[in-house]
Amino acid sequence: MEILSGLMQGFAVALQPMNLLWCFVGVVLGTVIGVMPGLGPPATIAMLLPLTFLMNPAAAMIMLAGIYYGAKYGGSTTSILLNVPGESASVATCIDGYQMARNGRAGAALGIAAIASFIAGTVGVLGLMLIAPPLARMSLAFSSPEYFALMALGLAMVVLLGGDSMVKALLATLVGLWLAGIGTDLFSQTSRFTFGRMELLSGIDFVVVAIGVFAIGEVLANMHERGGAPAIAVPKGLRNLLPTRQDLKDSRFAFANGSLVGFFIGVLPGAGSTIASFISYGIEKAVSRHPEKFGQGVVEGVAAPEGANNAETGGALIPMLTLGIPGSSTTAVLLAALVLWGFKPGPLFIPENPAMFWGLVASMYLGNVMLLVLNLPLVPVFAQVLRAPTYVLYPLVLGISVVGVYSTSSSLFDVWLLAGFGLGGYLMRKLDYPSAPLILGLVLGGAMERALRQSLMMSDGSLSILVARPVSAVMLSLALLILLVPLFGKFNAWRLKALK
Amino acid sequence: MKRLSADFWSGLALGGLGAYIIVTASRWEYLGQDGPGPGFFPLWYGIAMSALSLLLVVSSFSKSGKVDWSDAPRALATWAAFAAMCAAFKLIGFLPAFALLTFFIVAVMYRRPLVVAATVSVALAAGFYVLFPLALGVKLP
Repeated sequence: MEILSGLMQGFAVALQPMNLLWCFVGVVLGTVIGVMPGLGPPATIAMLLPLTFLMNPAAAMIMLAGIYYGAKYGGSTTSILLNVPGESASVATCIDGYQMARNGRAGAALGIAAIASFIAGTVGVLGLMLIAPPLARMSLAFSSPEYFALMALGLAMVVLLGGDSMVKALLATLVGLWLAGIGTDLFSQTSRFTFGRMELLSGIDFVVVAIGVFAIGEVLANMHERGGAPAIAVPKGLRNLLPTRQDLKDSRFAFANGSLVGFFIGVLPGAGSTIASFISYGIEKAVSRHPEKFGQGVVEGVAAPEGANNAETGGALIPMLTLGIPGSSTTAVLLAALVLWGFKPGPLFIPENPAMFWGLVASMYLGNVMLLVLNLPLVPVFAQVLRAPTYVLYPLVLGISVVGVYSTSSSLFDVWLLAGFGLGGYLMRKLDYPSAPLILGLVLGGAMERALRQSLMMSDGSLSILVARPVSAVMLSLALLILLVPLFGKFNAWRLKALK
Repeated sequence: MKRLSADFWSGLALGGLGAYIIVTASRWEYLGQDGPGPGFFPLWYGIAMSALSLLLVVSSFSKSGKVDWSDAPRALATWAAFAAMCAAFKLIGFLPAFALLTFFIVAVMYRRPLVVAATVSVALAAGFYVLFPLALGVKLP
């Protein structure tokens, strides 16, 4: 009953004309970003974040979330037509999607991808709606030691799945923690790591690091791309984009598999949609009556990963909104957005901001419908994005990045920091350091240190408080276990296989 | 003699950062009457960073992972142009500096005709002026 009344309140918010408009803008922008190889949702959301200060926070959140899940829809277009994933979550879709397109079934592949995305995206929102409020209530009992343990567990999960090398992922996390520590210590008023610069006393703005690492770093890393590969043409006419009845029948299990696997993997910090889509693809192949046909263009091979990467969005928002723990780069940027607008994501977020939470949930239902309606007939239009010259796109990204950073602080020092983090982001890509752990370390660093210090104040400096309380003891043990995984050869082989 | 890998150099750089964090944090209070001081948390992540960097440096000797730096000149040239644009803000303002950066990327990095480069740079700068200061009221650098 409580959920129903919350949802009604949410629809009252989401159906306001301006919020509907921003939802539409978000999903269209997300689709375009998803279609474009190279520029991902974290970079886009980070770049647009400063501009959302002019907006109503609910409308801004609706738009940014629209970009997040809209990009998942768009990513499939490039995978199917170009064999190049528009974003990492669509890598698995390339395998059978591109083969279907080569076999003359591009329309059916795009159609089934849109339908699977819609079904699984809706299931993901349903899960978010049902699980987030009780989880938030449960976590109200958490105190500083539990929060510290939870954040440590979240970071450990991100490190586990952060890249080929856990050492590099851990180092990236530690650099994030260090960046978070720059500025004035709120407990003692000591200035830390400020190099004598007044500008650093208030710390480094998250927006500067996120835009630098994601947007500028991405542009620099993609500068070698001089032109697009030829894409397979999209069939004209809605009828040619609709899958056959047999396609839908063959995809029944894939829809359910993608929805459930995607959602539950989304809830886990660090796992992310790329892993969700591969696991879902693997399950689909394992239970199929014709596994040998996978890779040659079977419709289930498109439906399962596309469903999983869309259902993941709903799941990933749960720890971010209810515990204040983001599990991926995009949710880290969304968390920072909420903090910058003056909200405090965590157990009290839903009870204190019901209109915001339920408005977001309702907008995601509406956004998924918009995406289905948009994606089926307008795929040929979105595919035109692939023709956009990169020499126009890249200066645009660089310019928006500068304006975005300058508009938040009016500081040229921050613009210089942006340039520095851009170069850092490029080097991280080249040297194979994952960026998600760095961003999560930066986002969680301050709260993690606060929770640890408060815990130790509660126990007069004894670290035993962290293991004396059952919940924090279990979470810290899990975190430790996760970090010890590489020592067990078989587990590490599984981890690397999952990442590949 | 075997060439030192990128992991070696990045491990060395991060090890240096870890050492700097340890040295700096050890000057701050570790544990006080009210609980942990400002040096407590940084000291621990500084130690962890140094230890992990050492591990990376040591493991780099047994791995032959090579980094493909063939795209680095283009990336670094673009970054240098971007940094020059940031430096030019104070002298000529954002819009002309941004137009120059765009011109450089289109004409030099992508080898498009000068007319195309000029058109794109003027159009983008004009678009920024219309969108940000005029339509959204956002201040430009």
